[in-house]
Amino acid sequence: MEGDVVLHKYDVVIVGAGGAGLMAALYASRSVRVAVLSKMWPVRSHTGTAQGGIGAALGNHEEDHPEWHVFDTIKGSDYLADQDAVRVLCYEAVELVYELEHMGLPFDRTPSGRIAQRPFGGHTNNVTKQPVRRACHAADRTGHMILQTLYQQCIKQRVTFFDEFQVLDVILNEGIACGLVALEITTGQLHIFQARAVVFATGGWGKIWQITSNAHSFTGDGAAIVLRRGIPLEDMEFFQFHPTGIYKMGILITEGARGEGGVLINGRGDRFMERYAPTMKDLASRDVISRAIYLEIREGRGVEGKDYVYLDIRPETINRYFELDGKKSPDGTPRRITADEIKTRLPDITDFVRTYLGIDPLNQPIPVQPTAHYAMGGIPTDLDGRALKNENNEALPGLYAAGEVACVSVHGANRLGTNSLVDILVFGRRSGLDAVRYCRQTDFTKLPARADEPVRETLESLRSRPLGDERIADIRAEMQRVMMDYVGVFREATGIEKAIRALRELQERYQRVGIQDKSMCYNTDLLEAWELGCLLELAEVTAVAALARTESRGCHTREDHPQRDDKNWLKHSLAFRTEQGIELRYKPVTILNYPPQERVY
Amino acid sequence: MKVILKIRRFNPERDRAPWWGYYQVECEPTDRVLDALNWVKWYQDGSLAYRRSCAHGICGSDAMRINGRNRLACKTLIKELGNRITIEPLLGLPVIKDLVVDLEPFMKHYRSIMPYLVNDDPPPATERLQSIAQRERFDDTTKCILCAACTTSCPAFWARPDYIGPAAIVQAHRFIFDSRDHGAEERLRILDAPSGVWRCRDIYNCTEACPREIQVTQAIAEVKREILRRRG
Ligand SMILES: Cc1cc2nc3c(=O)[nH]c(=O)nc-3n(C[C@H](O)[C@H](O)[C@H](O)COP(=O)(O)OP(=O)(O)OC[C@H]3O[C@@H](n4cnc5c(N)ncnc54)[C@H](O)[C@@H]3O)c2cc1C
Ligand code: FES
Repeated sequence: MEGDVVLHKYDVVIVGAGGAGLMAALYASRSVRVAVLSKMWPVRSHTGTAQGGIGAALGNHEEDHPEWHVFDTIKGSDYLADQDAVRVLCYEAVELVYELEHMGLPFDRTPSGRIAQRPFGGHTNNVTKQPVRRACHAADRTGHMILQTLYQQCIKQRVTFFDEFQVLDVILNEGIACGLVALEITTGQLHIFQARAVVFATGGWGKIWQITSNAHSFTGDGAAIVLRRGIPLEDMEFFQFHPTGIYKMGILITEGARGEGGVLINGRGDRFMERYAPTMKDLASRDVISRAIYLEIREGRGVEGKDYVYLDIRPETINRYFELDGKKSPDGTPRRITADEIKTRLPDITDFVRTYLGIDPLNQPIPVQPTAHYAMGGIPTDLDGRALKNENNEALPGLYAAGEVACVSVHGANRLGTNSLVDILVFGRRSGLDAVRYCRQTDFTKLPARADEPVRETLESLRSRPLGDERIADIRAEMQRVMMDYVGVFREATGIEKAIRALRELQERYQRVGIQDKSMCYNTDLLEAWELGCLLELAEVTAVAALARTESRGCHTREDHPQRDDKNWLKHSLAFRTEQGIELRYKPVTILNYPPQERVY
Repeated sequence: MKVILKIRRFNPERDRAPWWGYYQVECEPTDRVLDALNWVKWYQDGSLAYRRSCAHGICGSDAMRINGRNRLACKTLIKELGNRITIEPLLGLPVIKDLVVDLEPFMKHYRSIMPYLVNDDPPPATERLQSIAQRERFDDTTKCILCAACTTSCPAFWARPDYIGPAAIVQAHRFIFDSRDHGAEERLRILDAPSGVWRCRDIYNCTEACPREIQVTQAIAEVKREILRRRG
């Protein structure tokens, strides 16, 4: 205790207890003293909501190769992913899925007792170009099982957790990361964690948009914290909209539903995806499908002329299209599915649809619309999770990032389904291991005096402002609407400019926002206000980066610049926060054996 | 529709005893109780404290007592309840503030049953094999999201908080009946202790409370039977 702050000292401190944080913790804590800080109980993390599967070329049903996974990922990324990183991702995926199984993860099984796999968007047999079964699954709660399995292993290994500790700042001293400032939510007490290495694994920021699959707690804290400390954020213009969120609610219906044969149907009853992606159809990449849905709606072919289409997973529909497409099972017989099989393979989404829409998806199609889903961009890192501070790829000593908050970049301009769960494991492990190596070479860096002062001031200022006429909820809703309207699936310059102006105005209004709860204990009023500050900053960075990129690539679709422009834009953006506002710089993409090609599905 | 929420409030810094707050909210019948709570927090009383995250019944944050029954606020629709809704924190755990309870006693029971695969055999180069039927054997109990709705609905737990509770037994079941696990012996010994499964009186509150529709009482019965079977 020093003044009124509690001091702690660990070799490695990990922020976030989702898949990436827990994986880093498991590996680092085998060798050094580790603490994991999480603003929620670890099992509440977003990893637990992942449904459909984790990609790895095990080839349990049919021929498959990690190299095919590499190509699909690069093509999916619209050639913006760094190919050395993708290679690491897809080759290490295989051993990590086996490792999860050894840890006890209850994967579904094939008749021969191996891990069961299903088709997923953009994953193909590179020879026939047909969908391949690569997504390893545990029903439609794969993420839930991954999160629980990793947490179980952490309990077994006696990893130290600080649950419901929200990190609000990272401490740097002479350009070295040396600790964190965190608020203990239940008491309001501030803590300083001194560390040799700090790993951010705080997840994404879908709450910038109105319709999103993301949890209330997905507010981009880690990305905003490092941005404020001068570290850039990479490729922020790329945020994925998943094609199938439940209409108006945004709750995700996994791509696994289409992997099992579900099809998208417009207001006229047509299976429209065959017009946009003749080979892969409903299993084309997400960016392609989300755009197609919007185009159908725009042409008046939404259901009842409204802004949604149907996802149809009724067995009779699925079987009709299996027959039309001549789909075969691995044993060569015509592929068929029964209502019972759908129920066993997709129990959770069946339950969501029943609960929230009051309909049975086995009898009625599901109304869906694209939903903001996944941050491809984030804190730039190298292959070992080390955070990079500039366009020359110089590492910031002591600082690591992994998982959705990081940008390695393996997803480029559009992530393939199942690849995030691979990403969090592969690069969670690598950052944990490298943090240990780093600890062995370096001593603790001295903490600057009164390192908690900036956080204390921010919180005091939020606490002391009177509850005026500016409310957190109004500003947040306004931001979400603006981002949905102007920085969503389709974008163009005048709209984005409007969004930027609106966001700057909202930031000014945010300076006057008051909160009602003045207490220390479990003050979520205060924390929601602080989180809104993070969201607003990330929204602005997203819009500024989107305005600058005058091409269409992956999920970033500029109606005023509809083509991909490799000559000028085959590069990653880096957004810095400076006194003058957001500054953009760029760095090249690592291309190995897959030069950019035209992208058709 | 207009809905009156009656919420049990308590802030340890301010209140000597819990009190009831009344809030009127305009809701759609298809709104979640969580949406109504958010409305109160965002537009009426920012000091209301509760946990929430995913908002679709999968993270386990917002188990609470709603009209006398434990449920997830995000998985309960207004239309199921009508226009008078009473919301209280889970029973049997210390209240931190308003609807937020201290989960540590619950998690301690969970940790006590060795909630991880026990198998020291060197793993094969690929996956361990498991048949579809072997995997099916423990499928139901893998759904548990540790929301605490079951344990805090159990009169045996209210009476004796050292009772390990249904959630911990469900989590133990998930391993005991997993063909790959070798820890059943020790886990069953823990569950056979005085604070273990025999406190369960088949009251079924847990099964009714489970938002994941796990057959909790049945899982407990299977564990009891397994203990007896091994006693011979
Ligand atoms: C509905 C849904 C379905 C998905 N399905 C799939 C799928 O099938 N396959 C796939 O590959 N991917 C899927 N994804 C994506 C994938 O689940 C996520 O990208 C991934 O789980 C992120 O993991 P993470 O470890 O980076 O972060 P998370 O699991 O989100 O964990 C973040 C952690 O950081 C903590 N944290 C955040 N801020 C702070 C702070 N300020 N202080 C302290 N702690 C903090 C949180 O408490 C949490 O523990 C899905 C995503 C969603 C939303
Ligand atoms: S908020 Fe996640 S279960 Fe309700």
